[in-house]
Amino acid sequence: MDITHSEHKHHESFISKYLFSRDHKMIAKQFMITGFTMGFIGIIMSVLFRLQLGWPGEKFLINDLLLGSWANGGVIAPDKYLALVTMHGTIMVFFMLTAGLSGTFSNLLIPLQIGARDMASGFINMLSYWIFFVSCIVMLVSLGVEGGAASSGWTIYPPLSALPEAIPGSGLGMTLWLVSMALFITSSLIGSLNYIVTILNLRTKGMTFTRLPLTIWSFLVTAILGVLSFPVLLSAVLLLVFDRSFGTSFYLSDIYIGGQALERFGGSPILFEHLFWFLGHPEVYIVLLPSLGITSEIVSTMSRKPIFGYKFMIGSILAIGGLSFIVWGHHMFVTGMNPFLGAVFTITTLLIAIPSAIKVFNYLTTLWRGNIIFSPAMLFSIGLISTFITGGLTGLILGDATLDINVHDTYFVVGHFHIVMGLSAVFGTFAGVYHWFPKMFGKMMNNTWGQIHFWITIVTAYGVFFPMHFLGLAGVPRRYYTNSSFPMFDDFVNLNEIISIFAIIAFIGQFIFIFNFLYSIFKGRKASQNPWSSNTLEWTTPVEHIHGNWPGEIPEVHRWPYDYNKPGYEEFIPQNVPLKKGEVESV
Amino acid sequence: MLLLSAFAFILILFLITFFYLKGGDFKEMFKGNPDDLNFDEQENKTQGWLFVAFGIGFLLFILFLIFKWGGSLLPEAASVHGADVDSLMLITGIIIIFVFVVTHILLFVLVYKYAFNKNRKPAFFTHNLKLELLWTALPAMVLVVLISVGLYNWNSIMTPLDENDDIVLIELYAKQFDWTARYAGNDGKLGRANVFLIKGSNFLGIDTTDVVAFDDKIVKNEFHLPVNKPVQFVFRAQDVMHSAYMPHFRAQMNCVPGLKTQFNFTPKYTTQEMRRITKNPDFDYILLCNKICGMAHFSMKMKIVVESEEDYNLWLASNQSFKQ
Repeated sequence: MDITHSEHKHHESFISKYLFSRDHKMIAKQFMITGFTMGFIGIIMSVLFRLQLGWPGEKFLINDLLLGSWANGGVIAPDKYLALVTMHGTIMVFFMLTAGLSGTFSNLLIPLQIGARDMASGFINMLSYWIFFVSCIVMLVSLGVEGGAASSGWTIYPPLSALPEAIPGSGLGMTLWLVSMALFITSSLIGSLNYIVTILNLRTKGMTFTRLPLTIWSFLVTAILGVLSFPVLLSAVLLLVFDRSFGTSFYLSDIYIGGQALERFGGSPILFEHLFWFLGHPEVYIVLLPSLGITSEIVSTMSRKPIFGYKFMIGSILAIGGLSFIVWGHHMFVTGMNPFLGAVFTITTLLIAIPSAIKVFNYLTTLWRGNIIFSPAMLFSIGLISTFITGGLTGLILGDATLDINVHDTYFVVGHFHIVMGLSAVFGTFAGVYHWFPKMFGKMMNNTWGQIHFWITIVTAYGVFFPMHFLGLAGVPRRYYTNSSFPMFDDFVNLNEIISIFAIIAFIGQFIFIFNFLYSIFKGRKASQNPWSSNTLEWTTPVEHIHGNWPGEIPEVHRWPYDYNKPGYEEFIPQNVPLKKGEVESV
Repeated sequence: MLLLSAFAFILILFLITFFYLKGGDFKEMFKGNPDDLNFDEQENKTQGWLFVAFGIGFLLFILFLIFKWGGSLLPEAASVHGADVDSLMLITGIIIIFVFVVTHILLFVLVYKYAFNKNRKPAFFTHNLKLELLWTALPAMVLVVLISVGLYNWNSIMTPLDENDDIVLIELYAKQFDWTARYAGNDGKLGRANVFLIKGSNFLGIDTTDVVAFDDKIVKNEFHLPVNKPVQFVFRAQDVMHSAYMPHFRAQMNCVPGLKTQFNFTPKYTTQEMRRITKNPDFDYILLCNKICGMAHFSMKMKIVVESEEDYNLWLASNQSFKQ
């Protein structure tokens, strides 16, 4: 199928070009805009509940303006605080960091980097986006229904999530949450299938698996994780719908609530936890792996040096992906699960430290004797290496059942996962946006503002999440509306204020990014074809987007993507350049 | 608000610095670089410096946190097994801090040292099996130690006590939003209970026909434990999941409707002794709820008093049994 430049110039209506586009590059932008919008809403929520945590019970005008009846008199109601926490988690984990990250960069980069005209099925790709869009709408609508949005934590453990008598948010809000998630899972599932099929079948000539950029490896493993784990969440969600609406007892047994004993026997909430975390843990890597892939690519390009240990990097991605399926029980050490299982999950969980360590040391070795150019993308990648180390290390404590007993469900956990998965994934996302912005919009983003954005973000992000380890080691539980019921936590009033202040500045700092992003789309400097002198195939396509990506033949691939400063050859050698006479392939 | 203005001030200073670095030209701040890869060398140096400054600032911030709040962390474990938990925590903590510091110093120094210089030729260093095996094997060896010690402790902590031994058997009952403790009484056994028997004052749903239940003792607000005697806890929940968290004893277990869970520990210090250790005359052991359970989750608590066995027996005798 050869699409020449002239054929492309047929008339496209606004609807077919911007709304129901089947072009992967446009769908990537749609995922990005939608995901980031959701992320922005998620951040606002976190600022609102951080106000409550920093200054408990104080009135804030912004609560009146944004929350209305959720915050009568300017103070968030206790159950609405839980609704905010729940929706912040849901939106950030699923909508921003799963769809916003994977949706954007898998869509943009898979066809471009493997040398394909488009996704295997453009139609399914479009469908995947629009189902995701509907699920976003349903989730946002749930914020406005009677009783409020779902309020049982993003993990929605029953019976709290199953019984409206237990908390108002478990009424219509929870129903909409479940509907939205069912849609989301459908979207993610067909999207992931598309990614896998595309990577397996549509690689250009010469693009063997050991010549794939690490981004594609990470997207492939991410998609496989999604396909294998999301259906389990769907089944958990459906069973919960049955329990809530049709009187079954999959998760319910021996419950007395609202003045009466329920006629439900034999179910177990632990079953839900197993099903949930069977997705929930791979989900952590669904969020993290694309960021690691993006970082690998950027660290190599911007150090002007091949990524160190390419094959070990692939191996560690595969190892992390494989292990992620047999570690879910570490979320359940103190749930009453058989202690023997706790022992098994301790072993498998701590094993993840090995591939993670390989990745970190390989990054460091890549930087060693490089020639580092601090583009904003590179800054965020270095930031990611830092957060990945910091957050990963505290996993040694949480993954060890003995130590988990005392820090389980405390702020230690909040600090840990926000740093290792939240910040790392967000940094990876920012790095990706700064790096591939020229590919997406044909314009350059402003470097100086990008650098300012990075420094504000990393300082405030650590300022928010690092002190949380101290709160956790003092035994402060998460999801508390206020700590004022416990005098033993009084020492931390000031620390909570500091955390909240950092959170507010972090939020304000993001406007620099938003401004830079929008300004550059319209007024940015025009990008050249290969602004970063990069080796991967996406930079061989024309700056102006065309259907089918390459005007003529698809380029053939002759080498791996990391030939930077190969002794005796050019500074960088794109993948489509044939081996010179007597040249040996680098890997 | 004072803090907020201080931070805002620093932020503005920061922006002004950037403004001056760009020659004081506001328009210049919006321009991209003319040649994408050929970044200004000075600008690259600045970024390298900033990473070093950030590293130092990060370290100072951590020291500030330790200095200011290190003393407010949980005191020494008040249970026998808690000492093992704490020592494993110490080993793990030392390893973590060591790796954290070393890798971060490496990261920031590398980034600073190899900031762009047009005369440098980067090394073409694609792989090195020995190095990579080294940093596969090193963490593996550390993990063997951590896993072995961890599992040994985990198994001994989680083994339930023998009911026939001289132990205290207590049921902790969680409901929205309070705790109840039920002591097994003289027979050392807890009477049967069922949600369908919950009625009026019998909110635990205890079977009134069960002889074993007659001497059970039900207490609210606070419960007492004898020092140096093993305590077996059994947990039940009435409505949704809760979690019984007793941080000073390094003890936590979820309370799950439809499932009886358990945990045991031996208190090591009485409340009085702990007040001396922590130098806090108002110190009290506490039981909190640590699993999101609804609106008033944040206020669900019960006081724990650890005292000598004689005091404990006196206190227990002063409470009415279920039959009474």
